[in-house]
Amino acid sequence: MSNVVLVDTQKCMACRGCQVACKDWNRLPAGVTKFRGTYTNPPTLQAHTWNHLVFSETDKGRWLFASLSCMHCNDAACINVCPMGALQRTKAGTVWPDTDKCIGCSLCAQYCPFQVPQVSKATNKMGKCTGCAERVSQGLKPACVATCPNGALLYGQRGAMLKLARERVEALRRQGFYEANIYGEFEMNGLGRIYVLTEMPAAYGLPEAPGYNATAWVWQLARRPLGTLTAIGLFSGLVAGFLRWRGERMQQRKGEYTL
Amino acid sequence: MTNHWIDYQHSDVIMAIGVNTAENHPMSMRWIDRARERGAKLISIDPRLTRTAAVADLWLPLRPGTDIALLGGLINYTIANELYHREYIVNYTNASYILDPGYYFADGVFSGYADGSYNRDTWKYELDEDGNPRKDPGLQHPRCVFQVLKNHYARYDADTVCKIVGCSREDFELVARTFCATGATDKAGNILYAMGITQSTHGSQNVRATGVLQLLLGNIGIPGGGVNAQRGEANVQGSTDMAMLYHILPGYLNMPQAKDHPTLADYNAKETPASSYWSNKPKFLISMLKAWWGEKATPENDFCYHWLPKLDGKNHSHIAIFEAMARGEIQGMFVWGQNPAVGGPQAELERKALESLDWMVAVDLFETETASFWRRPKADPASIKTEVFLLPAAASYEKDGSVSNSGRWIQWRHKAIEPPGEAKSDLWIADQLYKALHYHYSRGGVFPDPILGLNWDYGQGEEEPDIEKVALEINGYEIENHKPLENFTKLAADGSTACGCWIYSGYYNDLEDPPAKRRIREQKGIGTHADWAFAWPLNRRILYNRCSSDPSGKPWNPKVPLVFWEGGEWRMNDVPDFAWKDNPPENTAQSPFIMLPELQARLFSPGMADGPLPEHYEPAESPVHNVLSSQQNNPVITWWQGLGKLAAREEFPYIGTTYRVSEHWQSGIMTRNSPWLAEMAPEMFVEISVQLAEKLGISNGSQVLVSTPRGEIKAVAYVTRRLKPMQVGGKLVEIVGMPWHWGYRGLFPGDSANVLTPHVGDPNTTIPEYKAFLCNIRRA
Repeated sequence: MSNVVLVDTQKCMACRGCQVACKDWNRLPAGVTKFRGTYTNPPTLQAHTWNHLVFSETDKGRWLFASLSCMHCNDAACINVCPMGALQRTKAGTVWPDTDKCIGCSLCAQYCPFQVPQVSKATNKMGKCTGCAERVSQGLKPACVATCPNGALLYGQRGAMLKLARERVEALRRQGFYEANIYGEFEMNGLGRIYVLTEMPAAYGLPEAPGYNATAWVWQLARRPLGTLTAIGLFSGLVAGFLRWRGERMQQRKGEYTL
Repeated sequence: MTNHWIDYQHSDVIMAIGVNTAENHPMSMRWIDRARERGAKLISIDPRLTRTAAVADLWLPLRPGTDIALLGGLINYTIANELYHREYIVNYTNASYILDPGYYFADGVFSGYADGSYNRDTWKYELDEDGNPRKDPGLQHPRCVFQVLKNHYARYDADTVCKIVGCSREDFELVARTFCATGATDKAGNILYAMGITQSTHGSQNVRATGVLQLLLGNIGIPGGGVNAQRGEANVQGSTDMAMLYHILPGYLNMPQAKDHPTLADYNAKETPASSYWSNKPKFLISMLKAWWGEKATPENDFCYHWLPKLDGKNHSHIAIFEAMARGEIQGMFVWGQNPAVGGPQAELERKALESLDWMVAVDLFETETASFWRRPKADPASIKTEVFLLPAAASYEKDGSVSNSGRWIQWRHKAIEPPGEAKSDLWIADQLYKALHYHYSRGGVFPDPILGLNWDYGQGEEEPDIEKVALEINGYEIENHKPLENFTKLAADGSTACGCWIYSGYYNDLEDPPAKRRIREQKGIGTHADWAFAWPLNRRILYNRCSSDPSGKPWNPKVPLVFWEGGEWRMNDVPDFAWKDNPPENTAQSPFIMLPELQARLFSPGMADGPLPEHYEPAESPVHNVLSSQQNNPVITWWQGLGKLAAREEFPYIGTTYRVSEHWQSGIMTRNSPWLAEMAPEMFVEISVQLAEKLGISNGSQVLVSTPRGEIKAVAYVTRRLKPMQVGGKLVEIVGMPWHWGYRGLFPGDSANVLTPHVGDPNTTIPEYKAFLCNIRRA
């Protein structure tokens, strides 16, 4: 079972330590931004901003916080769509961006339901959260988790984190947050970054039913044309074979009833 | 703080008033959350829905400047509903003391008021034949403090309070019910506060009001309780401990006044009370004089007392200094790690005042707005004659030294890297300054003796001074053998001891293993961590801890026993704050506050400049009349000349208030030079309600101009639901909120909020009223 990050959005006070710790650990440059009438800045994830705090005001007068980063989906659109195989599943279960292989085609950016990977105009390479692979492989927690002052970000085995998330949702509901829910248990076959929310995902800017277009596999043609064609060929062959057998059987049956 | 950060975990209810804990002290949320895991509640009292309010269990929106109305309402609620801890206030406070019949309060003014100040002679107790205060432990006597308190705050009924504060009756009752329940003997209520309540023309009384409420509820001196200031800068606690304020000497001794204390005998006589631990004052002062002038300080010459500068009875606080500077009375100034051009009130006046200086020495990490005032926007450098020196300073990781946190923990910091370029530690700069002064004064000058006689020997030539020598001096040592003193109980008034700051004594009493450098977590206990650093005084973590047990020594809350009597002896999870040795509980049951002459806490306090009881007044600039009395403002405010005409309500209808955000630090000169931080918060902005924006046609993210009689600034508007118009006595009142981190220097400049704030402050401290003033706003 792989490890996941658990984000408790109600414990989170949006100190943005996670946002800066990511920049610090990964030596990412800052961009020049403008104040646009919200604390959220930069406005989206970028090739050089892999974690950012999204601030959402609700009509009921609440102020919601979500530390958004790559979701490290179990069924990752980016892995399936990347023609160069630049997005790879690690043993830890995360999605690793192998920027050496990236050609800047932006398909990952188009297909990701969370708009996580972004291509840099300057380098023509995509950039996104690496899951702090070099840290976790040494027994350290991801930089965002390590810096969080009060445990709004936790890291551990998927089962244990889900258990904690369920307990937390229970406790929040008892406190009066009747819509408290877990985001990431089943979405995209399970996310590597699980959220405890107090309101529906849309309130945080998260897609309610994230998915991606099934045509993604088409791009695999570019990447593994032989393999894909072989697979298509085999599949077609199997289908054709089955249909022929069925047709023969039907004929046979027909024949059985003919005198 | 009376308590400390880790101790928050023991609170049952935490009320954060005038403090934005999550945004400005995020680490403390860890300990607050520990308490909440046990079911504790966090209440946020703030004009805006801040990040603290967003995570709190309760948020009460409060009109800036009305904290005493709210706290007075809670005091009234506590008394009316009998939620106060009776045994506690009878034994541990002056609740039972009977007041002199000469004391009165009428229509917003206390007895003794004349010509803009108070003669406090009537704020006293009625004495018996032996000269001791008369008391009524039954709390019935009409002139006993408890009854006087009750009557005073009876005027703070819920309806009146809500009318003043602008909150709903429902919100007020919920806060009152929740917090005042901590009057129960085994419950701990915690009040956190910061600049939101101190930066007011009644700031000191705001804090006094938290003290009165906490004493009534029995929340002082217990784990999880206290009156806890979340200090606004990493080492501001250290700076006030070491007297970076004009009116005190290290360890909160009063600076001598030329008129009242011409000789040491005068000082000792007038400043030393007959009772309380302050009766040892002569030991503290004389040991300090021995530290400063060493061998030169002898009993025969009053330990060089005559070399100590004396005050002239006038106000020399920040506002006063800049008022004098504006009049051309100040020749030169050191601006040492400070940036008044951005952080000072009425910034344009202060920037202009700097032009009158002959010279300025700025010591800082960057060229600040203050250091570059002479080439600020719209200035004419050719007409400014000030000679400005900029000394590059080492940052906190580039030098050794201690930092004292809000919980009074003195923690040593080790140098991690060399400072860049020519940057030097403040210690080196001070040492070189002394050496240069010594050189010149040895060749003449007016009154060179106090400089030449200094006991100053921290390093040779231009080498980095030995900070351990400084630490040892602050800790104190025996004159005879230079051995470190154990702590301040070893100080003497005969010149045999030296000590730079008596309250710190003990923090560096072992040169091999100084307590300030210790980092040992406790393995079991209640979170005192006695071997982690040193908490002044005497490594005592929770002050007034006699109050953690009842008069018989039994802990009020057996689950978290602090200092208690068991099996015929005192058991301690902290250093006792009372004379415990050979003293059974009954001997100290009426003397738990050892620093006050009464030895009991003051619900009624004769020591303040503006009244023995907190009373609500409106801020200097307010959109409404005071409904509690006809005294609109604090009656003893100083109306400085530089303030000029106050804002008229018709012209400036909105309440302006300033605050900080997580992403920037103070005047912003460090953080606006840090691209990662500026990326998150790039531009100066102001926050207004949706309703105000609609009324004025201001769209979210658009440019606006905010003005007061002091000046005008440009900013980006953040139209937010987190600020709401408030119903204040039938009038709809709007708030314009703004961070004060921007200035004209740095990679990410912007206009300064303090261009708008007024030169007016608290009568006790002169802290400026940054938190409530009148302004106007319009589309740019």
